[in-house]
Amino acid sequence: MIQALIFAAALSTAPAFVIEHPSATHPGEEAVAAYAQGPANAGAGPFQGDAMWTAFHRQAGVGRVVDELVDLSLADPKISDIFTSHDMERLRRTLKEQFCYLLNGGCDYSGRDMKAAHKDLGLQTTDFNLLVEHLQTAMDHEKIGFRAQNRFLARLAPMQRMTVER
Amino acid sequence: MGELRLALIGAALLLSAHAAQAKDLRPGGKLLLTGGVSSIEGSGGGGIASWALITGYATRDGIGGNLHATRLALPDYQFTTYGAAVGVYDRVELSYARQEFDTQGTGAKLGLGSGFTFHQDVVGAKLRVLGDAVYDQDSWIPQVAVGLQVKKADRGAVIGLLGGKHDQGVDWYVAASKVLLNQSLVLNGTVRATKANQTGLLGFGGPRHDSYQPQFEGSAALLLSRRLAIGVEYRTKPDNLGLKEDDWMDVFAAFAVNKTVSITAAYADLGTIATFGGQRGLYLSLQAGF
Ligand code: HEM
Repeated sequence: MIQALIFAAALSTAPAFVIEHPSATHPGEEAVAAYAQGPANAGAGPFQGDAMWTAFHRQAGVGRVVDELVDLSLADPKISDIFTSHDMERLRRTLKEQFCYLLNGGCDYSGRDMKAAHKDLGLQTTDFNLLVEHLQTAMDHEKIGFRAQNRFLARLAPMQRMTVER
Repeated sequence: MGELRLALIGAALLLSAHAAQAKDLRPGGKLLLTGGVSSIEGSGGGGIASWALITGYATRDGIGGNLHATRLALPDYQFTTYGAAVGVYDRVELSYARQEFDTQGTGAKLGLGSGFTFHQDVVGAKLRVLGDAVYDQDSWIPQVAVGLQVKKADRGAVIGLLGGKHDQGVDWYVAASKVLLNQSLVLNGTVRATKANQTGLLGFGGPRHDSYQPQFEGSAALLLSRRLAIGVEYRTKPDNLGLKEDDWMDVFAAFAVNKTVSITAAYADLGTIATFGGQRGLYLSLQAGF
């Protein structure tokens, strides 16, 4: 309770950069080392208006897309090893936040920045594209229009430079 | 004893860290259609234009390659090309194409004999020098590549009679390609320095010009799905021989069945070729690779 109050106070005084220990606020998740939070961590800015948020069927749609994206990635022998020993609970939550933030659904992204989050995973461009293909499959299943899918992918594409290390 | 174990664990950790950093060779990592299709000169591109994209489905993690065969049926001629190309680390492209221009019955009217066929071999190399057409969505900078095509035509004697100065030549080009995901568009522009007559089938240089002239190739395609793109292309050509050589253009649809097979169908307008005008027809190209 006191922690939550201090956290809220910190948020109200310095909304752009706070230090959070997410395991305290998200009980199902493992603790991570402290890091600076802020919208810049999302790796791109949000769309304007609510066209994209609507095209993705809002919170429920984004939730389904992210869950299927993670499920497909875990089921894909070409990349599944990369995810083992990482906290999938946290990944699902932060991905939903990030997608919601980018699609202008009004969420704050509370995760780490893209470079820090993927440091030492040893990702290759091939991994990146496999993930994109799973995302495309998930967006197809959610019946998101192809043009809207591409607009979203345009936001994610430059993250190849932030996540791929070799 | 403890130190030894620690040193061994340390060495193992270092080695595994090194192994994790080493690049694994992995083919086939590109997204559908992002390797382009095979142009009539063998280079990765559209149909009649060479693009900045490196052919094949390998990313910078591997090596890709493909075979292609293309047929263009025109009212008075038949144009066939086939060849092979490799893309190395999404950086370098090497290609070979063999072109056959069959004059069919028209050959007799031209005094060459029915079925007289012009051939040309084209060996190409391309180097990506700047940008990434797909990932750099946060900037307007396109993917830029420089390339050359070494061409050798086989009908030197006839080429000489038509006024052609050489039966071999080299084209140089700079191409810029960009996928505009926000618009679901693919754009390409190429400037080619060339002396080629009808891409080289009718030799190089002629009585009107025997010097390199810059020519332009432009393509625009709309992505309709992950597998399907439709578009238009335009290619300017010099008229060195004074035979009213026309610019070329086409409208096309490229369909990726999967990452192994793609089909390109087009309606192409090659204008006047060797005094026979209105050379418009159906273009069909098959590409198979990885
Ligand atoms: C546009 C592409 C990508 C986006 C937007 C993205 C987004 C994210 C986000 C939001 C997180 C959580 C950050 C946090 O925990 O604070 C994360 C972590 C992670 N991502 Fe990605 N990611 C991308 C590409 C990839 C790729 C290609 C892979 C592997 C195939 C991958 C594997 C992982 C893993 C294993 C983690 C957990 C890291 C950890 O627990 O320390 N990501 N990613």
